[in-house]
Amino acid sequence: MSDAAVHMSLTGEEILTVHLKGKWQMETDAPSTETMGEQLEQHPSIKRVAFDATALGSWDSSLLIFFFEISKLSAKKNVEVEKEGLPAGIRQLIDLATAVPKKEDARKSVSRAGFFARVGLDVTDFVKSAGDLVTFIGAAFEAFVRMVMGRARFRASDLGLFLQEAGAQAVPIVSLISFLIGLILAFVGILQLAMFGAEVYVADLVGIAMVREMGAIMTGIIMAGRTGAAYAAQLGTMQVNEEIDALETLAVPPMEFLVLPRVVALTLMMPFLVLYADLMGILGGALVAVGMYDINIIVYLNRTKAAIGLNDLFIGLFMSLVFGILVALSGCLRGMQCGRSASAVGDAATSAVVTGIVAIIIATAVITVVCSILGI
Amino acid sequence: MGNREPYISVVDLTMAYGDFVVMRNLDFTINRGDIFIIMGGSGCGKSTLLRHMIGLKPPARGDILYGDLNFWKADPTERQQLMRNVGILYQSGALWSSMTLGENVSLPLQQYTKLRKDKIREQVSLKLALVGLSGFEDFYPSEISGGMRKRAGLARAMALDPEILFFDEPSAGLDPVSAKRLDDLILQLRDSLDATVVIVTHELASIFAIGSNSVFLDPESRTMIASGDPKKLLAEDHDPRVQTFLRRGETNGQTGK
Repeated sequence: MSDAAVHMSLTGEEILTVHLKGKWQMETDAPSTETMGEQLEQHPSIKRVAFDATALGSWDSSLLIFFFEISKLSAKKNVEVEKEGLPAGIRQLIDLATAVPKKEDARKSVSRAGFFARVGLDVTDFVKSAGDLVTFIGAAFEAFVRMVMGRARFRASDLGLFLQEAGAQAVPIVSLISFLIGLILAFVGILQLAMFGAEVYVADLVGIAMVREMGAIMTGIIMAGRTGAAYAAQLGTMQVNEEIDALETLAVPPMEFLVLPRVVALTLMMPFLVLYADLMGILGGALVAVGMYDINIIVYLNRTKAAIGLNDLFIGLFMSLVFGILVALSGCLRGMQCGRSASAVGDAATSAVVTGIVAIIIATAVITVVCSILGI
Repeated sequence: MGNREPYISVVDLTMAYGDFVVMRNLDFTINRGDIFIIMGGSGCGKSTLLRHMIGLKPPARGDILYGDLNFWKADPTERQQLMRNVGILYQSGALWSSMTLGENVSLPLQQYTKLRKDKIREQVSLKLALVGLSGFEDFYPSEISGGMRKRAGLARAMALDPEILFFDEPSAGLDPVSAKRLDDLILQLRDSLDATVVIVTHELASIFAIGSNSVFLDPESRTMIASGDPKKLLAEDHDPRVQTFLRRGETNGQTGK
């Protein structure tokens, strides 16, 4: 069977007949309606368009689309279209497609805002989200005060579960990462120090770096990816599942029932994890020093002990508390803001990690600057 | 049902998401003891109307009155007191997934009553037994079927013996037999608890089987176009849109297009 083809013929001056031929398939190009348009232009006397399907082979939706193009052209010229010549199947499909009138306002208007309008919208969005953040932090603080006063409503068993999730279950990954970080620090540092024959001072370098900054930062980032994302996904799914609505209509504040135990659990566990991370980092450094440069382990540990001051330790632990609050809050905030679809939950988890890590870096910068100004 | 005094009134309500108006000029009254159906095509704002009535979304304009209490203008404690007498069954059940069925049903009791633990446990097993789930206290929502989740959600909604029960598409996703059983259960609850029931649904079988009053929302004109007993609407209302809906699109002589 030959491919789809069309030719036109004029009967008298009033009727334009469209002769459909061949096999109409979606994959092959349908004949263009250009000649049809030309015919209509040249013969303004045409009143009707008819179809002749005697030579038509098999057909599919491409013929239907061809028909609608023709009827659109005809409508412009106020020409009537007669469907009678078409096969019965096609006529039924046409009726089906035109049964419900097109809803004009149904298709979303794609806003074609200009560059400046978009920048402006982004800025107002940003200001609004900053406002949301502040409101959320305020509400969380209020819930915390209620907890201190013993009036907050949450389940102790939830808190226990979150403590376990954010504490014990995070130990393996925190061990691995901080051990490797200690190892890397020692490895990079010792190469330089060896040039001065000062290999033993690698203990100072690893010890201070881990205890003062790296232990807290690395643990914070791990927890943002691990626990912050989990919080966002949990609360987001609860939002999708109307569980948060169910709490609200029962006058159980989600802030106390859901957010508070999560924030408290992570904030309590962070200092312990960081202490542990510090230890693992120092061990990682010791492995390099002892294994590659034959530094005595006792010497290494003594150097470490001499190098680390109590203020280093407290700065590290203070940072860990701050990071715990930031990561848990950003996870919960994104979860509570979550939309009502599966992809919204994914977005919430992603956004929680990004927000958490950005918050950690900013907080580190601020704390470091403040510490150097205060000289501690 | 006994006294037919007005209970819940929706007065000139306009619902909107931002600038997008979902429905405007809604005006209807729900009487005490009614089984009130909110019906209309998919996506016309039925569930949104429900969210307005249970305090999850403030109206763009208009009021919702419970008796003499103006819900959205009342202070939070008054609203909370009112909500104590309201039970809600959400579309998906909305059971708290980290809690067992028993804990789900007991949370409202812990929230609003000072009952002792063993009393609460008795209440919980009674409410679960009422919906045919006795013995399922220690199951998690993820361990039971969709129909069971819905019934457990109903048990939670009934935990405080509410005066008003809201149902968001109770029979969606249920097989015809389970849907029928749920309808029967709703009727029994209304009669025994003397409750007022508000149901969002588009299941015709349920609408005619249990509805005693209704409002019909039309997405095209963005407002309500009919209200009253659904059976009467079927017999007497001449609006083709209402007739098409109530007859599943099969129009007969009196309404013919």
